[in-house]
Parts: sequence; structure tokens; C-alpha cells
Amino acid sequence: MAVMIEDTTAAAPAASRGRSARLPRMAPYLQALPLTLILGLFLLLPIIMIAVVSFWDYDFAMMYPDFMTLNYEETLGSWVTWKTYLNTLKYAVLVWAITLFTGFWVAYFLAFYVRTTGMQMVLFLVCTVPFLTSNIIRMISWIPVLGRNGLVNSMLIEGGFISAPIEWLLYSDFAVVLAMVHLYTLFIVVPIFNTLMRIDRSLIEAARDAGASDWQILWNVIIPLAKPGMAIGTIFVVTLVMADFSTVQVMSGGQSASVALMMKNQMSLMQYPAAAANAVVLLAVVLLMVAGILRVVDIRKEL
Amino acid sequence: MTENTEKKTGITRRTLLKTGTAAAGLAAGSGAITGFPHIWAQNPITLRQFGTGVSNLNAVAQKCKEDLGITLEMTAMDSDAAAQRAVTQPDSYDIADVEYWILKKVFPAGVIQPMDVSKLKYYDKIVPLFITGKLNPESEIAQGTAPHTVGFVEKPEDKAFAKEPTQWLTMVPTIYNADTLGIRPDLVGREITSWADIMDPAYKGKSAIINIPSIGIMDAAMIMEAMGEIKYGDKGNMTKEEIDKTIEFLIKAKQSGQFRAFWKTFDESVNLMSSGEVVIQSMWSPAVAAVRSKGVPCVYQPLKEGYRAWGGGLGLAKHLSGAKLDAAYEYVNWYTSGWVGAYLNRQGYYSACMETAKQYMSEDEWGFWVEGKPAQGDILSPDGQVMEKAGTVRDGGSFDDRMGKVSCWNSVMDEDRYMVRRWNEFIAA
Repeated sequence: MAVMIEDTTAAAPAASRGRSARLPRMAPYLQALPLTLILGLFLLLPIIMIAVVSFWDYDFAMMYPDFMTLNYEETLGSWVTWKTYLNTLKYAVLVWAITLFTGFWVAYFLAFYVRTTGMQMVLFLVCTVPFLTSNIIRMISWIPVLGRNGLVNSMLIEGGFISAPIEWLLYSDFAVVLAMVHLYTLFIVVPIFNTLMRIDRSLIEAARDAGASDWQILWNVIIPLAKPGMAIGTIFVVTLVMADFSTVQVMSGGQSASVALMMKNQMSLMQYPAAAANAVVLLAVVLLMVAGILRVVDIRKEL
Repeated sequence: MTENTEKKTGITRRTLLKTGTAAAGLAAGSGAITGFPHIWAQNPITLRQFGTGVSNLNAVAQKCKEDLGITLEMTAMDSDAAAQRAVTQPDSYDIADVEYWILKKVFPAGVIQPMDVSKLKYYDKIVPLFITGKLNPESEIAQGTAPHTVGFVEKPEDKAFAKEPTQWLTMVPTIYNADTLGIRPDLVGREITSWADIMDPAYKGKSAIINIPSIGIMDAAMIMEAMGEIKYGDKGNMTKEEIDKTIEFLIKAKQSGQFRAFWKTFDESVNLMSSGEVVIQSMWSPAVAAVRSKGVPCVYQPLKEGYRAWGGGLGLAKHLSGAKLDAAYEYVNWYTSGWVGAYLNRQGYYSACMETAKQYMSEDEWGFWVEGKPAQGDILSPDGQVMEKAGTVRDGGSFDDRMGKVSCWNSVMDEDRYMVRRWNEFIAA
């Protein structure tokens, strides 16, 4: 946005030519105004308010305008926060690794093995079918599958593979990661598919002509070119996992904590300033992570 | 408010002006509307009720409209949200339907006006549990925020609660019950007699407790004391050391894998139990009924240490005056006159005015729900579903047996904030 404004202003004639010329010079600003207003009102302002509130004092019912760092001291000084962040990061890393792996191969299959564009679109739409129903439903439907008397356990028991139900299928880290992978894989498939489709096929032919094996083509041609898509998908998945509370609560049976769940607990107890302080810390952590990803991969190539 | 009145009268310039002024008066704050009683008399009266307990019973609103012509607008919310709303938006409601421990937090803020008992038609029918704290003259007063300790004030303006019953009632009691552990009799494999049984290694990975700090900590306290781990001065008002000890005990149990889950909502507790994930857990009585209605055996097991009780009532907002205040009194009197009481009794709760409720219940219903007798015929829920087959006896028996064995009331502690913080550590651990 900013770049565009600069360009057009520079292109406009430098000297003012009276009233009629002023409008075209204003035009880019007017064009930028709606987005500025929307982002300002609905993104910037709330974030500033959260930051302000995070310094306030509170009791069970009220918040008192103040400037105290106690909320941050309580947040950062508690082992619970650190443990919860570690736990959330653990989920993020696991889910990211698994979704990146599966996502890449799904996208690879769609882009290189399905020959007609029509079929590609059909299969791509098939991938999105689960998204026609709500997040919560997709998550909760795992419970009857994984439960102690659920589908998987009763099948294994009736098949004579095990004698007692496997307990860690549900209400465990396994269940949380499984549900998250299920929920978020598509977010990484789409951007990777997009970049793979843009790879010039002649590059692959050239590599083959130069004697590269399939593996070498994948490693030295396709993956480097797919990196921007992987980075964008990674940003989606990491931010989604870092902000997740419902999956963690439902799939761990309330036994595990995530940062967002900690905030939700605080909010349900009306401790808004404490939750706000937590939100600011989480925002900083996630922004750092995104900055890190952007340093490694230049996603502008994608745009 | 304005919207409702406008809808019902049709808008002429005159009514618009009037309602506009009235709304302005309301907005201006308490007492400002005394000059306009005729407007309320002309228009149908609406009472806005919010709260935790029975605020979600549409049947009550319907019946109230039929009997009194008063429209009830009900908003149900969880207890923390209710406490906050009561204090921060005192003009947003007319009737507060909250639990007594919430009242203890909220009343000192001066948002609830005490009621004159002489205007309460059925005051003398209220069970003594809410007046003296004793169900029978010889019963012991339970720990925690017992309703009678926050039930009265000396003068209407007082912010501190009175020690003895007075002329001024803070809240009319309406609903209460005795909570205990729910079990799957087909899966526990032995007799359950004590709160300590939830920690039996045999139920490792098969037990659950509620993850609402103010209630969960009480269940934990009952468990701890039953195991002989600690003797609390007052379970309902723990010291920091007692909180620490309780939480550390819970963390140890959690890390050893004793719990399958921690539930937060009614349906979670029902699903845990009916799917067999859990065989013993904290539970609320309607949840037990819900499990049974699926054809899954479930018992609300009486335990030798007694029950954890809770109670709620209706409080009048400070800003009520004139015709609206009269309407609110009329509503409260109607509420305690029996129909609602019978409805609550039939759901497995108890009504505060037992005598009046009795007139609206069949002999068999009264026998089953209150006297602990075997049901003669099928017992139906208020909406007509079969809840219990003929011949069943209510878990825990009669009203006297259940409410007479209350060991502790839901409460708010002085170290509330500390307790909540430690509870979060337990969940995160």
C-alpha cells in the first residue's frame, strides 16, 4: 500500500496547477483511506487498547485505569506461563512439521501427478470439503473415534489386536496434535500448491536433460522454488496453533494448557488486564516468529 | 425497554415522547423515574432478569406472562460473568438471579436493594435453612458461604450483612441443591461411600473433576478432608497455606494420571460419563438425569462426609422504584407461591418454599422427590419425559436426608484471587 502511494504521488506533476489539479493529487490518499480506516479502527485501535488495558489494575468486577507492571510481573514471573509457552511451542513445532510434510506431498501430487487442470481443481475442491462444516464439529467428531469405547479401540479389541483399550488416544497430546493436523493441513497445502503450479516446467525438463535424478530435481529445483509457499503456509499454521484454545481444551480434556487457553481462563474469571498482558506477550512472540520465518524465506517472490 | 414499549403501543407522537422521557429518566439513573408511574401502568411491564440459576427456564417466563401479565426477559450466563454484570451494569437488569456466594461478592457494591419481609407473602414459608442456617433446630451449620450469613441486613442502606434475621432480606431464596459425586454403578465395581474414593488407584485415568475454580476447589477440599490429608478451619474460606496444600495435592494426583479430564460445561460432564471415559466424577444433578435418560446407569452417590450445597435466589436491583418495584415484589411473591417451586422440585432441585410447592405436585411426585419414597408410577420431567421408572427411590433419599447432611456451601474466599491463580497452575501443570 505504502509503496503504491509513493509511486503515484511521485508520478503526479510536482507543481500545483490550481483547484482542478488538486483532486488527482489527493486521489491516492483517498483510495488508501478506506483500508487505513478499517485497519486503524478494527486492528490498530483494539491492539492499542489491549496494550493500554494490560497496565490496568483489576478486581473481580472492575478494571481500574492505572499504570502498573504487576500484570506483566505476574505473567512473566510465573512458571505456569513459561511451561504453557513451552507446551504451546511444542504443539506448534509438531503440528508444523507434520502438516508441512503431508501438505507438501499432497500439493506435489496435485501439481505434478494430476495431468489435467480440470482434475486438479476437482481434487483441490475435494481437499476443501471438510471445511464446509465448522471447526468445532470436525474436532469433536474425533472424540467418538478415539475414546476408550470409541471406534478405533473397539475395532482393535474385536480384531483381537489388543486386550485393553489404548488410553492415550484421547485426552492426550496425541489427540491434540492429531486434531490440529486435521484442522490445519489445508492451510499449508494451498500456498504450496500455488507455488508449485507456477514453477516453469521447462526448468524440470532442463534439470532432467542435464542428468539430474528425480531426487535431485526435487531437492535442488522444486523445493527451493516452493519455499515461499512453504513459508506462507508455515505462518498460517504457526499462528493458528499459537492462538488455539478450543482444540487444546476439548482434545486434551482440559488436562493441557495453551497460551490462548490460559488467556481464556483469565477472561472467564474477568481478569481482563492479566489476559491483556498475556495477549501482548503472545503477540510479541508470534511477531518474532513470523519475522524469523520472513528472514529465512523471501515471500515477496510469491507476491 | 424503549423498543418493547414502542412495539406494543404503536407509535404516536405522544407515546414516543413519553417513552422517550421515561427512557431518559431510566438512563439518568436510580430514582429518576418516580415521576412517571402512569406510563408503566399504561404499558405492559417488563422485568429484565439475568443470572446463573433458573434464568434459562422459558417455562417460568411463559407462566409468569400468563399469571401476572409481566413479561420476563431472561439472560443466562456463567457465574463469573453474572457477578461482573451485577456490579458493572446495575441498570441493565431489574432482577438478579444469582447464587449466594455471588451475592456476597456483589452486595457490598450497593447494586441490590434489600426486600422488606412484610411485603413478602410467603416469607414465613421459607425453609429455616435460609433464615437460621439450620434445617432442623438440632442440625449443625455447614461451612462456606451459608445463605443465612448473607441473607439479611440491619437497615436497607447497609452494606454489611446482619448476624441475625432482620426485617430486610437481601435476596429471596428460590433454588438450591446438595451436590455430590456421580458414579457409573456398572463400572466402579465396588461400593462408593466416601469423597476419597475418587482418588482410589483403581480409578486411575477414570475420574474427573470440575474445572470451575470456585466449585472445583470445594470438591477438592471434600476429597482432601475425606482422605485425612488435611483438616480445614473452614473449607469455604481457606488460608493461603490450605490452598497451597490442596493445589499441590491435586497437581500430584494429576501428574500421576489419576484424572481422565477436567470438565467445564454441563454437556462435557454428561458425555464423559455416558461414554464410559469416566466412572466417578464431580457432577450436577441434572447431568446425572441426562446420563440416565440415555439409558446409561448413573447414580448421584450420597457420601458419608456429606454434600456440597449451593443455593440461589432473586435480588432486586437498586434502581427499581414505584410501579416497577411493586411489579418486582409481585413477581417474587408469585415465584414463591408454588408453581415454580413444584417445577424446580420436579427437576431435582429444591424450592425454598416447600409448603407452597407441595400444592402443585402430585402425591407421588412429592413422595419421590421430597420424601424419598419409592415412585408409585413413572416420574415425569416438567416437559413430560419419563425421568424415573416406577419403584425407583431418589439417590440420597428424602429432602431432610440430603439437605440435612450438607457439609459445606459453595463460597467465595477471602483469598479468592490467590486461589484462582493457583488453580490455573494446577490445570497447566
